[in-house]
Amino acid sequence: MTSARDEILAAVRAALDGVEPAGPLPPPPTVRPVDDLVGLFVERVEDYRAVVTRCAADEVAATVAAALAGGSAVVPSGLGIEVPGSVVDPSTGSGHRDGLSATDLDGIDAVVTAARVGIAETGTIVLDHAEDQGRRAISLVPDLHVCVVRADQVVADVPDAVALLDPARALTWISGPSATSDIELDRVEGVHGPRTLHVVLVE
Amino acid sequence: MTGGTFVGMPAFPEAARAALGDTQLRHNLAHATHTIRDKRARVVAEVEEWEELRVAGTAVKEAALRDLATHLEQLEASLTARGATVHWARDAAEACAIVARVTHAHGADEVVKVKSMATAEIGLNEALEAEGIAAWETDLAELIVQLGDDLPSHILVPAIHRNRAEIREIFRRRMGDVGRPAPDDLTDEPSVLAAAARAHLREKFLRAKVAVSGANFAVAETGTLVVVESEGNGRMCLTLPEVLISVVGIEKVVPTWRDLDPLLRLLPRSSTGERMNPYTSMWSGVTPGDGPQEVHVVLIDNGRTRALADDVGRQALRCIRCSACLNVCPVYERVGGHAYGSVYPGPIGAILNPLLNGVSDPQTASLPYASSLCGACFEVCPVRIDIPSVLVDQRAQVVDSHRGDAVPKPEAVAMRATAWAFSDARRLRWAHRASGGAGRVLDRLGRTTLPGGRRAAGRLPGPGAAWTSARDLPAPPAESFRAWWQRTDGGRR
Ligand code: SF4
Repeated sequence: MTSARDEILAAVRAALDGVEPAGPLPPPPTVRPVDDLVGLFVERVEDYRAVVTRCAADEVAATVAAALAGGSAVVPSGLGIEVPGSVVDPSTGSGHRDGLSATDLDGIDAVVTAARVGIAETGTIVLDHAEDQGRRAISLVPDLHVCVVRADQVVADVPDAVALLDPARALTWISGPSATSDIELDRVEGVHGPRTLHVVLVE
Repeated sequence: MTGGTFVGMPAFPEAARAALGDTQLRHNLAHATHTIRDKRARVVAEVEEWEELRVAGTAVKEAALRDLATHLEQLEASLTARGATVHWARDAAEACAIVARVTHAHGADEVVKVKSMATAEIGLNEALEAEGIAAWETDLAELIVQLGDDLPSHILVPAIHRNRAEIREIFRRRMGDVGRPAPDDLTDEPSVLAAAARAHLREKFLRAKVAVSGANFAVAETGTLVVVESEGNGRMCLTLPEVLISVVGIEKVVPTWRDLDPLLRLLPRSSTGERMNPYTSMWSGVTPGDGPQEVHVVLIDNGRTRALADDVGRQALRCIRCSACLNVCPVYERVGGHAYGSVYPGPIGAILNPLLNGVSDPQTASLPYASSLCGACFEVCPVRIDIPSVLVDQRAQVVDSHRGDAVPKPEAVAMRATAWAFSDARRLRWAHRASGGAGRVLDRLGRTTLPGGRRAAGRLPGPGAAWTSARDLPAPPAESFRAWWQRTDGGRR
């Protein structure tokens, strides 16, 4: 008896009998240069009704503290920003069964992470879940996500981000807070992901 | 609990007639399709090089399909190297059995699910229920559909046919039966309803051991799966459970990581009319210490190799399920998704269902007629699927399959009328004008000459309007669809 695998691959080959493979692909259109990358990024992130605060490097800790407004917070082990009173999640790779459970995380108000790249054109932040961002669950379960993005991490458009990112890592692209338009197309911010996204942009 | 089922649906003309009588449905659909398509038009207009982007996206998907076996083998190898287990399923039953087996192996009697067309296509929820496994839909619209024992009517907004008062009723009546009940003070405010869904589902996310997803794209080179979503229910399912099973159609493969670029620029703008959707998750097999530590990928055929063998129809497999073609379709807008009797409604459904399943079943055979060939679907399609040409080709196949019948099918009569319309220059001009699709459609039709040298056009007089009798209820038969459309503002007057 042939396996499903062999049968499907044989059917694919039979279906394409006589069909030429495609030649070289036309390159996707390149990105137009943007004058004020950071300005565009901020405008586009705010368009999703996320909160953006711009600050200088020496103001980051204070800006993050203000964003947390006294609520409880979890931070990844490699964050590198002082967040007083926060719970530190063990870093990626240590086996997350030893870390906070999803239920533990559900009892915490906020999470503070860094980011890998910001995309100006689409107002998107991409996390690659390195040590300064932590495993995926910590930036998902708490209701407030404070995300610290450096101005030099902002690129113009999607192709720049794709070129920078490493597909071997888990990646989360975030464009504003979680949202739905499922009820009569009325946009509601916040369903299952963090209902508030607060971006701290460091210049 | 199961959702409804499409099996035994009446053929398109009858189902469409029933839907046309439902004023609430028509009102909701018109509102929804117009809102989304206006949003789409705004964000597409922002991108100067949109046409180049469409060409690039088309080329990526076409390259993937034309050498599909190679890319599938590479995908399997990449996934395996990244610690995932790859399964292959010839049909729906095999795919469902694999999901049930993996779930049982973990002693689980429930799974949480991210909205996925592929799992809807294979009837996974019903199959799991028969195996004693509850499948919880976690997308808000799918939850509404599932709790209401209903059928989805739109790829993107499956509960588009329900208004807020109905949703409140469904939540109050049904949530308590399957988990955390709706709060007593539930109102019909969308934000309040969304909060009730959040609380109801969070309990399920936190305890689920097994999740089931689909994938928008699967990268052969890297073994990366991509899920594009809005609410965060996808992230919950892809992150919290110990075991993740992704059911992926074999046409979802793209060759390289870089190929995601044009597709990620095309999909959100075409779909929800956003520059980017709120969340996109990408993962390549198992990520140690982060997320599910047991990852399964079920690659399904279920008719796809059948579609792949169709030289004209193959392009339908490029579809990235953005639903833009639904929102611009005058037929879809008026009859809704249920009339198509399938999880794939609208223009893409009208070609994909017959391509996947063949045209021996009368319900499926009626679908290629569910169009006026106006060409709007092709104009908006981010991967340039020439739906009108495929429709015409499918119609010819329906007619061919009935060639030996003693009594000609109405569709066959329609095809002959089509030939009649083209047999004379004056009539051709008339048909041209009436079809509203301008020269482009006719150019395409010119390439798609049917057996016997016949060609087809859109709205036709007399017997040519065979299936359109349903859509034309309020219109005197002598008036063209186009003229009727303008006079009534798309049926709203
Ligand atoms: S056929 Fe094209 S427009 Fe329609 S859903 Fe598929 S990709 Fe989108």
